[in-house]
Amino acid sequence: MTALLAVDLPYWAQSLLRVLGGTVAVLLPAGTIVYLFLFKMMSFMQSRLGPMEAGPYGSMQLFAEVGKWLQKEDIAPERADIRVFRAAPLVVLMSTFLLVAVVPFGPDAYFTDFEAGVFYMLAVSSISTLGILMAGWSSANKYSLLGGLRAAGQLIAYELPMVLAVIGVVIQAGSMNLQTIVIKQNSDSIFGWDGLGYPYILTQFVAFLVFMIAVQAELTQTPFDMPIAESELVSGYMTEYSGFRFLIFFIAEFATAGVFAFIASVLFLGGWGVPFAWFGWDDINSVDNWMNFGGPLIMFTKMMVLTGIIMWVRFSYPRFREDQLQRFAWKVLIPVSLVNIMITAIFKVAF
Amino acid sequence: MPKPQVPGLVKGLGVTLGTMLQTIKPKKLGGGAATVQYPHEKETPPIRARGVIALREDNCTSCMLCVRSCPDWCIYIEAHKELAPPRRAGGAPRKVNKIDRFDIDYALCMYCGICVEVCPFDAIFWSPEYEYSEPKIADLLHDRTKLGEWMETVPEAPALEVGAEKKKGK
Repeated sequence: MTALLAVDLPYWAQSLLRVLGGTVAVLLPAGTIVYLFLFKMMSFMQSRLGPMEAGPYGSMQLFAEVGKWLQKEDIAPERADIRVFRAAPLVVLMSTFLLVAVVPFGPDAYFTDFEAGVFYMLAVSSISTLGILMAGWSSANKYSLLGGLRAAGQLIAYELPMVLAVIGVVIQAGSMNLQTIVIKQNSDSIFGWDGLGYPYILTQFVAFLVFMIAVQAELTQTPFDMPIAESELVSGYMTEYSGFRFLIFFIAEFATAGVFAFIASVLFLGGWGVPFAWFGWDDINSVDNWMNFGGPLIMFTKMMVLTGIIMWVRFSYPRFREDQLQRFAWKVLIPVSLVNIMITAIFKVAF
Repeated sequence: MPKPQVPGLVKGLGVTLGTMLQTIKPKKLGGGAATVQYPHEKETPPIRARGVIALREDNCTSCMLCVRSCPDWCIYIEAHKELAPPRRAGGAPRKVNKIDRFDIDYALCMYCGICVEVCPFDAIFWSPEYEYSEPKIADLLHDRTKLGEWMETVPEAPALEVGAEKKKGK
């Protein structure tokens, strides 16, 4: 961050910049995803136009929605565990903000350069499970409780294939630092040809698929939306929430989608980088400074493509049954990713 | 072993993508949404749509069949007898019912159409007109002049199907 501006900032200014940057990195993707995919793409896929009145092509609709939610009364059920009930949405949103802290957006545009970044990312992403379970348990509502328990079962089941899928990438890169993983992908070459760098989606395609499916489940997007199955559980763990607290859940859902897409693009698609050979860069130190502004844009584009796929799948598929959902995780995804780790390890040792 | 489901999954993605592209395509090229942006452009309802009920007052004999058959009791008729000149010269003067009041309360009406079905004198008709909402609920009570005005919007009865039985008698 400091190198980005080429000035020495005092500590408080750096912290302020980081907080602002983190907020933008979480809320901007969330807003874009909600408008572009949830409002517009979904409507088009159902042969309707979606919001059209608020602003040109309904682009201000999101602000109207936020205003509406902010005006609503903040209701808590009489027998709810009030403190836990109020804290739960914040815990879910917090996990999103913690996630974005390790994502690199450029050669110097990162929040923390963390050696165990992948490990941290996987650990922090499961905090949201805690928040969801808190919400389900404290609502004093049987629908919420069922939704919360389903969510806990599902998120834990799909955490494993996600972890195992990422291990393939970690083995190949030889590092858990997300920044190092990005640099590796962009500075390596495929059999001596360096026109494309070496994005790990080429070798780790299976891991990419498993990771994206697991992300879909972690976000409780539609084929895996058992926890908020609206036809049976009203709204699952969110049933009792209204107004601002519901809004936080809503933001957290789509912000997490954006952050997971950021992480997926870092792990598999080469992150913020362009292949270093294009501009004759050798390593991270020779990367031009403009990449600090180009990098976030590249990341944003990749994020939009990945969330586009997530939403496309969401709008197309019907919901899994609970037992199918669990069976899919334990009997298909986990064995597949274990085999993937094995093959990756063998290739890593052999070559 | 059941067949692998992958082709069906891909096909499903194709359907949604196709619909999206069809909706995005400009109207000139035959694309566009299936919906209508209502206040800006009007939808044309099918001619047999149940929009509003119109009254042809001359045909009404205030027989009260519609009033009695209405499940919501939303039709109000008041009438008095009058003497009319006889049909044939030298006959006794006829007694006819003159309507004083014929109201339909659209705040109550559930658009079942039983009154239209039951009317023996073709005095009540369906009209596809649908824009008659009011700021005040009391204004949804349409009196006989207003119901008469709806007659202009009643479409021509569609021609009988080939081979359909003609009405006997007159």
